[in-house]
Amino acid sequence: MKPAPFDYVAPTSVEEACKVLAEAGGGATVIAGGQTLMPLLNLRMSQPFVLVDINKIPELSGISLTENGIRIGAATRQCDALKNPLLAAELPVLVEALRHVGHHQTRNRGTVGGSIALGEPAAEQPACAVAMGASIEIASVRGQRSVPATEFYVGPYMTILEPDELVTAITFPHWPSGHTPLFCELAQRPGDFALVGMVGALAIEGVAITRAGLGWFGMGGTPIRAYSAEAALLGQALGSIDADTIAELALSECAPFDDHHASAEYRRTVGKRLFAKTLRKALTVGEAA
Amino acid sequence: MSEHRVNLTINGRGHAATVEARMSLGDYLRDEAGYTGVHLGCEHGVCGACTVIVDGRAVRSCLMLAVQADGSEVTTAEGLADGDGTLHPVQQVMREEHALQCGFCTPGILMTLAALTGGQEKADEATLMNSLSGHICRCTGYQGIRRAARRLAADSGQ
Repeated sequence: MKPAPFDYVAPTSVEEACKVLAEAGGGATVIAGGQTLMPLLNLRMSQPFVLVDINKIPELSGISLTENGIRIGAATRQCDALKNPLLAAELPVLVEALRHVGHHQTRNRGTVGGSIALGEPAAEQPACAVAMGASIEIASVRGQRSVPATEFYVGPYMTILEPDELVTAITFPHWPSGHTPLFCELAQRPGDFALVGMVGALAIEGVAITRAGLGWFGMGGTPIRAYSAEAALLGQALGSIDADTIAELALSECAPFDDHHASAEYRRTVGKRLFAKTLRKALTVGEAA
Repeated sequence: MSEHRVNLTINGRGHAATVEARMSLGDYLRDEAGYTGVHLGCEHGVCGACTVIVDGRAVRSCLMLAVQADGSEVTTAEGLADGDGTLHPVQQVMREEHALQCGFCTPGILMTLAALTGGQEKADEATLMNSLSGHICRCTGYQGIRRAARRLAADSGQ
């Protein structure tokens, strides 16, 4: 249970980090909070030549409002994001999601960007990024680019990130103030990976839905955006929505699989109920407000 | 296989060492610095036995490298009681509530509860209970541990 030997560097700027990644030619791994990477190193499932520690890069931490939305530095710790007043006001759904990420002790090291860059299909934060329409900022010696979260994930732990690239921030677009967050997950114990989960938000004006962002986690190889359910909700009056029909539509977007925690059939059955229940509750809250 | 010079404070005492990059903070504390109150259990972040306080926060010492703790203040179970042997409030409550059996998981739980009750912000009962999900007790002696956590919340007026 000890990692294979590696070199360790702790750059203090994004440029420097990118340079190390480029020079390593794919042999480097970035460590942020390390709460997933350290187990992989200890189990020797990951054996990089160089570990690039991004914790000493000040510009990678912090949460700010920009004209494009709320920007979260990739190395912002989950425990800090949880207590951030800006995030609580602008993006309450992420705060709710963060309460379910790992344990108190892992959130004290784990980062928002680390989880987003990893792409665990049952994780809360990547699904939140996909559902809310976030974009992921990426840097390398070749320049910078911004990729929509919906295009970032290609499979379990597989993303479009190239070996020489570094995730620097995640920007969630502005949502109208007072929008309704939706979040629900089923896990065997608090802190365990979700068997099934859904996350998203609804913007409601008067009695009609003006914007919807909905997604699944644990329901396939990547986080999944429920486009058809969003489309069916848009413009609808709150009283006229049948949550079961919308949940059925959302379910049609995923292909969950069997694993030793739950069968695909179980995930479909529970997922649909959980989605409908959460949507129904959000609509009731919207109606009351 | 780089080696690094680290300076850190453990339980109020300064330590300087040269560590291999791959050495975990837990291994450093236990095998190099001699703080055997750090119990390494699963070594992949599941059991919580190796939890220590780094700069005021409870973290798993198997999921952090020693080199990353350079410049940090670390507290282990050895650093809880006073010099004269007076127990830390968390130790006292856990003793009174019989919150340990074999004792393997105990230092980790002590450090989580001490971090959450010792700082400026006092955690409420729900937070303390929830934080226990990050620890596994294979004696399954959870009821005593939960009683201790509840008492700590009550004592801090939360």
